[in-house]
Amino acid sequence: MNIVVVGLSHKTAPVEVREKISFSSDKLPEALKTITSTSGISEGVILSTCNRVEVIAITSHIHEGIENLKKFMADFNNIPPKSIENHLYSHTSEEAIRHIFRVGSSLDSMVVGEPQILGQMKEAYQQALDHDFTGIILNKLYRKAFSVAKRVRTETNIASSAVSISYAAVELAKKIFGHLNDKRVMLIGAGEMCELAARHFINNGIKEILVANRTHERAVNLAAEINGRSVLFENIYLDLDEVDIILSSTGSPNYIINAEQVKEALTKRRNKPMFFIDIAVPRDMDPRINDIDNAYLYDIDDIQGVVDANKKEREKEAAAASLIIESEITQFHKWLKTLDVTPTIVSLREKLEQIRFCELEKLSAINNLSSVQMSAIEKATASMINKILHIPISNLKKMADTAEGDLYVDAVRKLYDID
Amino acid sequence: MELNLALFRFATTLYLIGTVAYLLYLFIPKKWVYRSASLTLLTGFILHTGSFTSRIRMAGFPPITNLHDALSFMAWAVIGIYLLILLKYKIRVSGAFISPLALVLMLSAYSLPKGMAPLLMPYIKSFWLPVHIILVFIGSGFFAIAFCVAIMYLIQEHQLKSKKIGKMYYSLPSLDVLDNINNRSLLWGFPLMTFGVIFGSVVSRQLRGSFIAWGTREIMTVTIWVLYAILLHGRIYSGWRGRKVATISIIAFIVLLIAFFGANIFYGKGLRFH
Repeated sequence: MNIVVVGLSHKTAPVEVREKISFSSDKLPEALKTITSTSGISEGVILSTCNRVEVIAITSHIHEGIENLKKFMADFNNIPPKSIENHLYSHTSEEAIRHIFRVGSSLDSMVVGEPQILGQMKEAYQQALDHDFTGIILNKLYRKAFSVAKRVRTETNIASSAVSISYAAVELAKKIFGHLNDKRVMLIGAGEMCELAARHFINNGIKEILVANRTHERAVNLAAEINGRSVLFENIYLDLDEVDIILSSTGSPNYIINAEQVKEALTKRRNKPMFFIDIAVPRDMDPRINDIDNAYLYDIDDIQGVVDANKKEREKEAAAASLIIESEITQFHKWLKTLDVTPTIVSLREKLEQIRFCELEKLSAINNLSSVQMSAIEKATASMINKILHIPISNLKKMADTAEGDLYVDAVRKLYDID
Repeated sequence: MELNLALFRFATTLYLIGTVAYLLYLFIPKKWVYRSASLTLLTGFILHTGSFTSRIRMAGFPPITNLHDALSFMAWAVIGIYLLILLKYKIRVSGAFISPLALVLMLSAYSLPKGMAPLLMPYIKSFWLPVHIILVFIGSGFFAIAFCVAIMYLIQEHQLKSKKIGKMYYSLPSLDVLDNINNRSLLWGFPLMTFGVIFGSVVSRQLRGSFIAWGTREIMTVTIWVLYAILLHGRIYSGWRGRKVATISIIAFIVLLIAFFGANIFYGKGLRFH
């Protein structure tokens, strides 16, 4: 039994190709049915996201299996196989396990460490499981992939730093204030960017959100939408010392907040730190604000710089994650290989047990043995068989992991005339 | 070798290993590195405590009568307070800043003569002397923590102000937490130090008949006390915080160290308090 993966992703195919290949969730059962009814293929899972479409299957013949899956991907989407041939990748056995572990741990994602892919993978697996298209191998493989992903997330810092502007702003705020439960945010400008950042702040337990906008009506609307409080644009200076975080993105050509106003506000609030986020271009805030003690000003480029640093940090963590994955692959591969020898071991045991049973029958028919004697003989013969089998079975399991594994299985089957 | 000295050596070795592990943690931020560092340090602390207990039983009084014991006691206080902070704040990276200081104190103590000054014994009868010494050194331990946390604060503050995100940015806690620990350390350290100084003058009166003898050491002590008083006053009443407080905490502690070593190396033949 071999694990194979055939698919394409943002790394191998441009969006023009990716958009042609997809398996929407209502078509999945039908698609899975087509795969698993193909000869030689026994289990299947389909993962279909906007950055990645993959078919994962268990097949008895590697080469034939891959060709069948490639053909299936083209046929199911009604496109000629030639048109996607160059964009498809395929992985088998150990390489396939590695691929699935890496995808689940988000090492293969467009933004390394982003966790969505794990959810999508869980969903894909659940669908296949619900319709009974997975079996012993894929069930174990996916459960393992999920636990590997969890290990990667907890043992490395791969997903701990923000890689979007709005989330990076929240994270910077946490580095200044610790927790945000008792902090007030003021949004100046009611644009989309402000709204997005506001939602991130709300999710992180901010105490209150104030919204100001030149057109007051828009401030009122946004405030209602995000459960905040609207403030008249003229009054933002009055409230400046009451807020801890100020996020601005107006279209104003001049600075809206200058250094003197900030100094004044800081004195009023006894130097409790203030965090200014200026995502407007041209800028809304006087850059000199950053020179004031306990005031921190980040413009859009500064935040982008933090995002870039975070991305680099994630790449570094990816190396640590790879080590975890490698150790898990070895383990899983071992298990998979023992699966190949398990039927042989079971048959071998049955064969010997059968011989033992026959001999015991004969013995009890000929001699007049007491039940105590009989049970002693039974125990002794059972233990003999266990001891005789112990060494060859453990060697067989050990050899299963090597290249000659199949040879040993064949030899045992021939020697003992199993089949 | 005497038991107390054997324990002391053992503790020093463990502090050394713990400190190296904490510094290693800055580069290999793995849980097991941090855990083994903390466990080593904790074991060292227990042995260190054992060493003191044995020394007290030998002398019949807290034997902080020479520079060796003074340094050793201060290192003990620093590690003890650090371990308490660890329970509350769980800032893993802080060990890398605090344990080196304790290690330096400990190694200095290690290199000094460890005999207890027998000549001084008659004076030790005063009940207030050990109280004075213990309060002063635990107070200094808190100031040492305030110093280490201030360094962490300045590093993190620099990264946030300059927008140069380095490795430390991720591992150091928020400015708020650091400022908070600095504040608490000062709030604990200052009263201890104040009572320590008051009892010191009581001892002085018992020994010399006057509450204060205006020698260099006394002037230094008062200077340090005033520095911390200004710092704490600024914090509480003038809203000082952040970089300003961190900088003053660092300066004040450096003055304290200079006074401590200076007084003992240049003036005292061993003992600061007589």
